[in-house]
Amino acid sequence: MSSCREALIALVLAGSTLGAFAQAAKPAAPAEFPGIGRTATPKEVQAWDIDVRPDFKGLPKGAGTVARGQDVWESKCASCHGIFGESNEVFSPIVGGTTAKDIETGRVARLTDESFPGRTTLMKLSSLSTLWDYINRAMPWTNPKTLTPDEVYAVTAFILNLGGIVPDDFTLSDANIAQVQQRLPNRNGKTTDHGLWPGRTLGNGGKPDVLAAACMSNCATEAKVASLLPDHARNAHGNLAEQQRLVGAQLGADTTRPSGATRRMSTLAAVTAPGAGPAAAAAKAVALARQHNCLACHGLDNKVVGPGMSEIARRYAGRDDAVDYLAKKIVAGGSGVWGPIPMPEQSLPAADVNALAAWLAGGAKRP
Amino acid sequence: MTDDLPPQQPGRVRKAPESFLDRSGIQAVHREARSGRRDFIRSAFAAAAAGGAAVAAPAALAQANPVPADGGDPNILKLPEHSTGLGQPVVTDGYGMPSKYERNVQRRQSPGLTQTNQASVSFAPLQSLFGIVTPSGLHFERHHQGWWDIDPSKHRLMLNGSDDKMLRRPMVFTVDELMRLPSVSRFHFIECGANTGMEWGNVAVPTCQYTHGMISCSEFTGVPLKVLLDMAGADYKRGRFVLAEGADGSSMTRTIPMEQVENGEVFVAYGQNGEMLRPENGYPLRLVVPGVQGVSWVKYLRRIEVGDQPYGAKDEVLHYVDLMPGGLHRQYTSIQEVKSVVTTPSGGQVLLDRGYHQISGLAWSGRGKVRRVDVSVDGGRNWRQARLQGPVMDKCLTRFALDWVWDGKPALVQSRATDDTGHVQPTYRQLRAVRGSRSIYHNNAIQTWLVQENGEVKNVQLS
Repeated sequence: MSSCREALIALVLAGSTLGAFAQAAKPAAPAEFPGIGRTATPKEVQAWDIDVRPDFKGLPKGAGTVARGQDVWESKCASCHGIFGESNEVFSPIVGGTTAKDIETGRVARLTDESFPGRTTLMKLSSLSTLWDYINRAMPWTNPKTLTPDEVYAVTAFILNLGGIVPDDFTLSDANIAQVQQRLPNRNGKTTDHGLWPGRTLGNGGKPDVLAAACMSNCATEAKVASLLPDHARNAHGNLAEQQRLVGAQLGADTTRPSGATRRMSTLAAVTAPGAGPAAAAAKAVALARQHNCLACHGLDNKVVGPGMSEIARRYAGRDDAVDYLAKKIVAGGSGVWGPIPMPEQSLPAADVNALAAWLAGGAKRP
Repeated sequence: MTDDLPPQQPGRVRKAPESFLDRSGIQAVHREARSGRRDFIRSAFAAAAAGGAAVAAPAALAQANPVPADGGDPNILKLPEHSTGLGQPVVTDGYGMPSKYERNVQRRQSPGLTQTNQASVSFAPLQSLFGIVTPSGLHFERHHQGWWDIDPSKHRLMLNGSDDKMLRRPMVFTVDELMRLPSVSRFHFIECGANTGMEWGNVAVPTCQYTHGMISCSEFTGVPLKVLLDMAGADYKRGRFVLAEGADGSSMTRTIPMEQVENGEVFVAYGQNGEMLRPENGYPLRLVVPGVQGVSWVKYLRRIEVGDQPYGAKDEVLHYVDLMPGGLHRQYTSIQEVKSVVTTPSGGQVLLDRGYHQISGLAWSGRGKVRRVDVSVDGGRNWRQARLQGPVMDKCLTRFALDWVWDGKPALVQSRATDDTGHVQPTYRQLRAVRGSRSIYHNNAIQTWLVQENGEVKNVQLS
């Protein structure tokens, strides 16, 4: 007890000393923080300053042909985006929806056509720098920033060629990119005339466009239900009873049963236990699949680009050489077994290949 | 009023990432609505509305916790183990976890919304949260190329200019150095620009976790960006734009207006709710841009560039653009305008009894403070002003509440926020009249929950 009190006294004393110090110290003027931060070297700035602006400031010198772009595309891009940039399997389509007329007008006509499904990258793209910059900084999906500038030019040229914006024999370069900008189908399809920019440098200075009034009684009402989820979607997000706290003013609706059937449940029985009972081998295999980015294309249960892990397990269940076969397929890749989208070759340690193959052959059990 | 639905626009709602219901799902919604389910709900509601304001309690309400026949509640009469035994010691967990009875309170993905898990979203369980602070482990997630747990001793922040004269000198900081500088701690909401985006055309998801769960609110701690730019000697006259860039695979970039840096609002955060940022939220550094959509709060922040032009980043040209009815895309739409949602009762919940209920929810505005919130239980015909629970802070979630005695009849519960610029949250009709229904972003319309007679609450949109 006494040592406790002594410690308290010491703390109080320390506190008052600190307080006096704080009062005496002059607040540091901005930019006066000696010893903190240093000048970045030109080498460091060059390593990280990769952005390319719409006026092409920041664009490195280089060039790439459509043909070279096709090679890069087929080896590094097509597995997610489709051979023609049309795939909606993993990401929204890149190519489609633009016309030769759009290239003349700089406005994509289909953006006003409400019956046209979806909006592709080329339908929205207003600045070519955006496409170049994003491929350069973020692609390929599992190995971003590994393309050379010439490869980025080439892939950009290939995409533009798929959209009919440049001819088959075109070479895109830093010298002609500004001219190609003038052929983008949606180069004129943008505006900053709005009030949602928090400054005066763009837009209308912050003036809102949607105006409403706060009527309090006998208001003109819209009290007619026009949209609600259909009964067949009742359980589409899983059982909502398991997504609500078990105690409180309301319970979750038991969406495995018809409306009105919800009753207070015994508490623990209703608790979902996420990740209960991990099996070590399965957990290790799933971790490997995640580490090597297998899951970017194969869901555990569902098809993403390639088949789901459990789908693979089901197909090869009972096959004596399943481990060997699957190990070879993991390394070599292939196409045609599950669909036209190719799986590229993979390079991962043999031990990991074997662990994954054994897990798949054993049923691809969840951890 | 007619039963005619707005003309169908196939493809207006895409499977992903723009919405959840596919075309046949949308058609099913409208088919079922046409075939009379809507009439049933509407007529039930009309009957309720005819009965006047829904405050008159029926004569005999069920007692929520009735006395058993033997004269006492066994939970009182029979002492439980925790009253008669020895409890757990300290530090069973070096980092404590919520009660096992709270395991249903999780962030969740909306099935079918995205096709990859690395460029995806998890939604915060707003229906289960109290007050205004989002527990860090329940903070919504939006990753563009997967999340990382970055070694803070190796992380660097660089400041440079779009040309050599934009800064007196480019600079590099370690996280240690940034944490030595004078810090600020402020409460702000962060909302994804696509929050409620699935609902632009029609109802698509069942609960407020999925309709509004791409918002969270934390106390963030960090260094005002102005302090750093002053140290580097930024040319504020020429440099009216700031580029923020992340260190992750997508190296996310967004343009920030220099005005928001100069007024001290924007800061480089390392702290969140008293501890460091969570890896999913950008550990060890993220930019805080109050009132602006989450995509500008760049995670894993590695670089700030001062420039004289906006940058036309992927998320300024291809995504986070608002498609207007005339086919133009609005670029650089950033402010999250005034908005609110009732979180209890809300979609997917069931009211167990008639009688007293507290209607409670969240309101916010990217333009300032919430000035008032009104609540309607009759689909917007009559409104009552809700209580605002303090503190009411700038560009921060504000909790509101209203007393309600439910008479067991159908009710259409709504909330409508007004911010301190006088901007009033619009209805869907008002919003769509200006912006159409094909945008994905910046949907701040009034949300409606239908409380059915059986107590079940459903997400509906009115026409």
